[in-house]
Parts: sequence; C-alpha cells; structure tokens
Amino acid sequence: MGDTLLSLKGLTKAYPGVVANDDVSFDIRPGEIHALLGENGAGKSTLVKMIYGLVKPDQGQMTLKGAPYTPAEPRAARAAGVAMVFQHFSLFDALTVAENVALGMENPPKPRDLARQIRDVSEAYGLPLEPGRVVGTLSAGERQRVEIIRCLLQNPRLLIMDEPTSVLTPQEVDILFQTLRQLRAEGTSILYISHKLEEIRALCDTATILRLGKKVATCTPADTTARELAEMMVGASFNTPEPKPRDKGAVLLQVEGLSLAAPGNFGTPLRDISFQVHAGEILGIGGVAGNGQDELLAALSGERRSMAQSVWLAETAVGAMGPVKRRALGLLCAPEERLGHAAAPDLSLTENAFLTAAKRQDLTKRGLIRWGEARNFADKIIKAFDVRTPSAATAARALSGGNLQKFVIGREILQRPRVLVVNQPTWGVDAAAAAAIRQALLDLAASGAAIVVISQDLDELMEVSDRFGALNEGRLSVIHPVETLTLDQIGLMMGGAHDMEVAHAHA
Amino acid sequence: MIRLEKRPQPSKAWIWSAPIVAVLLTMIVGGLMFMALGSDPFEAIRTIFWDPMFHPQFAAYSRPQLLVKAGPLILIAIGLSIGFRAGIWNIGAEGQYIIGAVCGAAAGLAFYPSDSIWIFPLMVLCGILGGWVWAMIPALLKVKFGTNEILVSLMLVYVAQNVLNSVASGLLRNPEGMGFPGSRNFKQWDAAHNSELLMNTGMHWGVVAAFIAVLGAYVLMSQHILGFQIRLSGEAPRAARFAGVNPSRIIVFCLGLAGALAGAAGLFEATGPAGQITTTFNAGYGFTAIIVAFLGRLHPVGILLAGLLMALTYIGGELAQLMLGLPGASIQLFQGMLLFFLLAVDVFTNYRLALTGKETV
Repeated sequence: MGDTLLSLKGLTKAYPGVVANDDVSFDIRPGEIHALLGENGAGKSTLVKMIYGLVKPDQGQMTLKGAPYTPAEPRAARAAGVAMVFQHFSLFDALTVAENVALGMENPPKPRDLARQIRDVSEAYGLPLEPGRVVGTLSAGERQRVEIIRCLLQNPRLLIMDEPTSVLTPQEVDILFQTLRQLRAEGTSILYISHKLEEIRALCDTATILRLGKKVATCTPADTTARELAEMMVGASFNTPEPKPRDKGAVLLQVEGLSLAAPGNFGTPLRDISFQVHAGEILGIGGVAGNGQDELLAALSGERRSMAQSVWLAETAVGAMGPVKRRALGLLCAPEERLGHAAAPDLSLTENAFLTAAKRQDLTKRGLIRWGEARNFADKIIKAFDVRTPSAATAARALSGGNLQKFVIGREILQRPRVLVVNQPTWGVDAAAAAAIRQALLDLAASGAAIVVISQDLDELMEVSDRFGALNEGRLSVIHPVETLTLDQIGLMMGGAHDMEVAHAHA
Repeated sequence: MIRLEKRPQPSKAWIWSAPIVAVLLTMIVGGLMFMALGSDPFEAIRTIFWDPMFHPQFAAYSRPQLLVKAGPLILIAIGLSIGFRAGIWNIGAEGQYIIGAVCGAAAGLAFYPSDSIWIFPLMVLCGILGGWVWAMIPALLKVKFGTNEILVSLMLVYVAQNVLNSVASGLLRNPEGMGFPGSRNFKQWDAAHNSELLMNTGMHWGVVAAFIAVLGAYVLMSQHILGFQIRLSGEAPRAARFAGVNPSRIIVFCLGLAGALAGAAGLFEATGPAGQITTTFNAGYGFTAIIVAFLGRLHPVGILLAGLLMALTYIGGELAQLMLGLPGASIQLFQGMLLFFLLAVDVFTNYRLALTGKETV
C-alpha cells in the first residue's frame, strides 16, 4: 500500500429512489492529479461528499495511508489532511480576505501572523492576493484563490476541487493549473472534478469515470482521446452537431446603447450595450457568470423594459414593450433557470407550453384557453425534441434537468421565432441532449432566424457561433468573427480588456 | 426511522381523500374530547353532523339555517381563494364585509321610505363598491409602496369595526329606535329586504350570488387566461413575469374581487338574516371564510362543500350546546381541529412517509 494515499473500496450510497454511488472503488496515489469525470447526476458530488465527511456511505470502506478512514464530519476530514474547494464559494462579502480565511480555520493565528502567512502562500504558489482586501470587491477568480489558500494553509495531503474552472477566464485557468502542478510536484494529491475533457487531458495523470453511480473505467487521460472519454462518460456514441450552410440576411435584432440600472442589490447594471444579429446568424455571448447575462436576457425578453429605441426587432422599436408584445412580433427567449423562470415547477407540461405559446400558437379564444390545442402543442414539443416524460400532464418538476431543457428550448423553437435568445441552453444537460439542442439551434439559424446564444461554456460558443462577444461587468466587448479569435484573445475579452487594443489588433 | 419524502408529483388520491380523512380524524379526536367533558361522544357527533338536517323536532328550524350560514362563507371564501392562489394574502375580508354592508345600507337608507324596485339593486351595487374600495387600500399601498397586504388588510378590519360602531350609533341610527344603536330594520321595509326566495330553504339573494360565484370562479380558474395568470403568479412569480404577466394588475384584480364579493356578502347579510346594521351583525364570517377557503383547498367546488360543512358545524354546535350542555369553546375547538387536521393530512399530498432502515450514525 506504499504508493496509495486514499483508497476507496466498494463505496455505495443510496438515496430514496436513486442509487447515487454503486460499488465504487479506486485509489489515489500521492502526488497525482486524479480526475473524477462524469455527467451531471453521475454521482461525483456524492462521492466527494463521502470523502469529505459530509455524507456517510451505506457500504464500503476508505483507507487513508493504510489506516481506516471514516470521517464523521468535515472537521475530521480536515484534521486527516483532506481539504476541499467547493464549486460555490462560502465567503462573506463584507469581510476581508484574512478574516474569511480565519473563519475557516480551527485555531486561527493572530491577524498579523495570518496576513503574513497568506502573503507567503500566495507568493509561493503564484496566487497573488492581498489579505486586507474586502472579498466583495474581488473577482470570481480571486475569490477562488481565497478558498484555495484557506485550504493550503492547512497543509493538506489531498485537495478536492469541484469544477474549479467553471467561473474562470482562460488566463485564470492557466494560473490555476500552474498552482496545481506545483502542488503535485510537492507531493500533494488532487482530486479534480470536472466534465471538461480537454482540461482533464491537459492536467490530470489518472481519470476515473463515473456513469449512473457506477465506476466505468480508470484510464490515463493523456492516452485517451476526448471523444473516447466522452463516450465512456455518456455510455453511447452521439452525433456532433453539424452546421448547415447558411445565408446571412438582413439585420433582425439590433441593440443600440442599451443601459439599465442593476435590479436589486446584487444584480449587474447593463452599460451601453450595442450589437446586431442578422438573419441566419448565431451570435455567441460569453463571459464569467454574474457579469450581466441574466440582465441582458431580461432586457431582451421584455421582463425589464428600456428606452424604445434601445432594442429593435427588424424595423420595430421594441425596447419599451413587454414580453407578450415582443413574442407576438417574433422575439422569443429561453432563460437560464429552467425551474421557476422558464417553466413553473408545479404546473403540467401542457400548462407550461401555454405559458409562452399562448399568442403565437393561437391557444386562446376570447380569453378562454383552448386546452386541447395547448395539449397538442405540448405533445408536438415532446415528440419533436424527444422529451422523456410519461405524458404532457406531468408536472415540470418531475422531469430531469436535461429533459425539461429540451422542452423549454423546443417550446420556443417550434413557435418559429424570428429572433431567439437563449441563456445557457445546455447547462446541466447530458452530452447527448446538449448535442441535440445545439443541432436544433443550428437548424433554426439555417431556416433564417437570428439567434443569440449566451453561455459560459466556451466550447459550446465556439461550436455554434458565427461571431463572438463577451460580457464583463455589464459591458459587451467588441464582437469578432469566431474564426479570427484565439483562446488568449477570448480570455482578454472576458476579463474586461475589450477596449481599443483588441479592436485595433483585429480591425 | 420515519422520514417524509417529497413525491415527484402531488398525489391525486390524497388531494381528494385528505378532506375526508381530516373530517374523520376530527370526529375521532373531537369525540374523545367530548367524552372527556362527560358527554356521550357518539351522541355529540350525531348532534353536530346529523341532527341539524334530520332531527324530527329541530330540523325544520335548523335546515334552512344551513344555506343562511353557508352563503356568506362561500361568497367570501371564493373571493379570498382566488387571491390565495396568486399568493396574495387578504386577511381583511371581515373589514371589507363590514364596509360593504355599511355602504350598501347607507345608500338604501338615503331613499327611505321609497318603495322603488331599484332600491335593492342599488344597495347591492353600493355594497360591492364599498368592499372593493376597502380592499383597494391594501392593493394600492402594495403596488405603490410594496407594503405587506396581510398587515394592512388585517388592521383595516379594526378600522372598519370602529366605523361600524360609529355609524350604528350615529349616522345610520334608526331615528324611530328610541335612541338604541342600530339602523332601521330592513325586514320591515320591503324594497330593501333581502327576503327568503323559497319558503323554508334559507335561500336568499346572497346564496344565489354564492352559487354564481362558485361557477364563475371555476370557469375563471380553469378555462380563462386571467385565471391561468393568477395561478402562475402564485406558483412561480418569475415565470409569470417571463410570460408577460403584470404583477400589479394581478394584485389589484385579486384584492378587488375579494373585496367586492365580501362587500356583497355583508350587504346580503345586513339586509337579510341580520336585518339591520348593528355593532355585532358581522359575526366573524370574514375570518371563518379563510378556514373555508383552505378547507376547500382553494378550489371552487371544494369551497362550496367546505362552506356547507362549516355551516353545519356551526348549527350543530349550537344545537349541541343547547341539548347536551357542551361549552361553546369546545365547539370552536372542534372547528379549529378540522383545519388543523386538514393542514396536517395535506402534507401527504406532496410527501410520503418513508421508512429508512439503517442510517448509520
């Protein structure tokens, strides 16, 4: 057992109605970066929660350095040398970096000593961070550094990272990877959870793949192609979306100098946003989460109104119109949050179909709802988009995330929009469904619609978009054709360096 | 260990059986309570649920009371239920009921002793308007300033009660009433009397209005787009805004409708069974209607049945006090139990019991 740090044997955890982990066994060696790969719902989170002492396994054993390891709570796990950086940060905005770090420690040293330690660690691992700064003023990448440094101060032997790159720009990802490689060189093991295949191939020594709670394989990612990894993860081969030839037509959506104050205390204001989308074109809008994506969608859907002249649908100024009028004119949207925003959780699929399709599908007659027609439309969506559900009478919340997403996107596409705006169309959706949704978007563009895809998934944007822009603190960068962009430039755009330098470089 | 586990979908079977189970549990536990008070539990339950309808001696008197009591409860509860479906919590129906009655009565009394056939319709219209205006106060405050409609509507009940106390002994006092508080008696003024429409049924215009309201609410909530928007606002406010529903319009509509129906109920009560505006004519229907709305699970047909059931326990309760000497408080406790058990049993609509074996601790 000399070269094994943590060994999992036959770990099983069942929740009512679902087996989250079924007989999972693998070993993590000292000083390796071990990837845990799987789709949403494959059981990755449950597994790491067991390692971190948040969940107790029903069956199976863990051994750490040869000794039995049964953490009753996260504190026990930390004491044993296991630390974790969560996907969602647990930081207090109003406190400083040092205060936040101290809150996560068992016996925090004196503030002055702690500040020095933070500086030392941040320099040693190339994670620049000022201990006295208030966390509320930090970017997502910097906040993650706070979490990482908090872990590193405890000298962990195993560091668990849950989807660490989902909130980072490509440049920040590079810095993170250098830090992780340095840790590996010093003998720290890292369990790296992700579904981004290229990252795993670039960074990790070993990969364990989970599917439906079971371990499918352990392999060396550098020797495996991304496609093979994806197929192991999904369990079947699927078609990659294929763009059809498209003709660029007239401008269908035009946004001119759109500015809106932030909704509430935690929103992002939109600042002077301008862009055009032509018929048959897909505009990709990237950016790190929380930089104005939701706000932009709300301004385009009509949930928040602006000056009439800020938003144009073909020849009509629609900025001051509400959602109903915009839909009638052909401007349709699909928001990011499926349950509660795009669909009402406790209403049936028929009712949810009616939610946005009432006008365009002519589902009312003198104010009375034609439920028969609404049901037919819901059935049509279910059939066309392969939504797995017992019937259209099923409540929306009973569907899996991917199936509901197919329903929501299908609902808008089948209404034949002139302009479609989608936010995170494949977030949390399995690979096969994601491919189907992207294909549907490409087909819709080929049929002459103008499409705006807002997404945090760069791979997705590169796959479907013709042109690309990035949101940063509510500002939209200059927009460039996708084929002229390198990953570096995209990173600069996302990080906010979207002013004249970039524009000149590619003018 | 026993745990509650969320069902993927609300159980259809429980939606319909929960009220029945709740009534049965109330009978059992209530029976035990009556037994502890020294009465025969079976006789007490029979007196409350059976005798008002079928007792050879008393039924002739108490049977018409069923519709008399159920009418205003149903009319108010229908209005409340529509707001509750939208997540708008109007607790002040009692105040809207009082102000409706006062306004309607005042409009009629202004023309005393005219015997025009337009007097009663005018009074109904003014009753509706009075309740509507009183409900517009919390509605507009909520829309304009974001105030909490629960607090505002509830506090307006006490304002309304004071208005009632004032007009009953002042503006609307019967000039021929020897200085006693209370308005003229509408039973003695045919043009303004909300009389029994069919002999010995208790059926008056308020009961007719209640049945129409049940039908109207059913069509509105299940077939009309406005009803869909109301439900959507309650289920998922963000989705409602995405669909294009204007939240302010829903607030104004729901509170206004509830106020109008409560106001009408007040007017029908004052001109009918109560007969005059007195400081105590209102009898708490506006609050009991909240229980009726939930007992009927905010569904029009359910509210119809719940209103009748609630009225039955009122009449039966009075009968039990009279015949068995049970204290009035025990009857109120019995009614409270009904709501308690309904809410408790209701949990099983969305959750099921799960027996988890070994949760290793």
